[in-house]
Amino acid sequence: MYQTQMYEGMLAETVTISGDGNTLINAYLARPLGAGPFPAVILLHHMPGWDEWYREATRRFAHHGYVALSPNLYFRVGHGAPEDVAVKVRADGGISDDGVVGDVAGALAYLRSLPYVSGKIGLFGTCSGGRHAYLAACRLPTVNAIVDCWGGRVVMAEKDLNPKTPVAPIDYTANLACPLLGLFGNDDTSPSPEQVDLHEQALIAHGKTYEFYRYPGAGHGFFYYHRPNYRQEQAVDGWEKIWQFLAKHL
Amino acid sequence: MCTMIAKKIPVAGSGKGSGGWFSVNQANVSYDHPFHIPHEHALNLDFVNESLGLDARVAVELSADDARQLVQTILAVLEEAEAGGHLE
Repeated sequence: MYQTQMYEGMLAETVTISGDGNTLINAYLARPLGAGPFPAVILLHHMPGWDEWYREATRRFAHHGYVALSPNLYFRVGHGAPEDVAVKVRADGGISDDGVVGDVAGALAYLRSLPYVSGKIGLFGTCSGGRHAYLAACRLPTVNAIVDCWGGRVVMAEKDLNPKTPVAPIDYTANLACPLLGLFGNDDTSPSPEQVDLHEQALIAHGKTYEFYRYPGAGHGFFYYHRPNYRQEQAVDGWEKIWQFLAKHL
Repeated sequence: MCTMIAKKIPVAGSGKGSGGWFSVNQANVSYDHPFHIPHEHALNLDFVNESLGLDARVAVELSADDARQLVQTILAVLEEAEAGGHLE
């Protein structure tokens, strides 16, 4: 952690990366200044969009010594205010899982091309981003760690599968090849405690390395200080768990 | 969103957004995490015309109770209009 007498610098800007199908998408990159090399984190944004909270979170990871990249998973849907874009995604039933995995693969390649990145890369996501992070970590073996914050629909009923989400992420658990940190609120309904139980059972059955923290008195999105579900104590503890986990594995 | 409960229907109407009146051609209805109303879930209405840009949007977020009351009120008004011979 920084000391008050240290110099700290950060560069944060929008960049372009090659995503799914080698098509270009934009992303927000925040990195510590200097040669590093630094470990990296890819942030997969939530359903409310590629929004200000994710800008802040990306810079927060850079402040903590990571090269942080937040791809715009909604790039192909259209452009405008993040909320307006998210509204279209919501009406259209979300985005394609295969497209997200392709974009994450592109983000991994982009980060590994940077001279100041150490080569160790983790994924972080909240809400649908947590689900996407889990899915991508299972399908992309070069991910080194993954933080899944309250990702709903990792466990999915047959009736909820569709062409955009044809396979429940939990069905890929056997392929998970990196440690997983999961943070969940016990009052959440997606994922519900029962669904988190099923997720945990799958991890145990496949002998995966994981840490789950399940917070009483918290529901969905308890990190979001701008929403009524914010829970101060649980959020502070959750962030601390994230820093400890990533320091150990990246 | 996390419930994935969302439907959209074509409509032909007018909406007044931040830029003034525009032709609305779609109504999106969802029950999921809202952007503004301080509830975890809400009935979210978006009257849009995506061909005019994604900011061509009139948004309303309501509690489930208020949304049900609104539905009943809309139907009651339409019934009264029909009874009065006003529907075209």
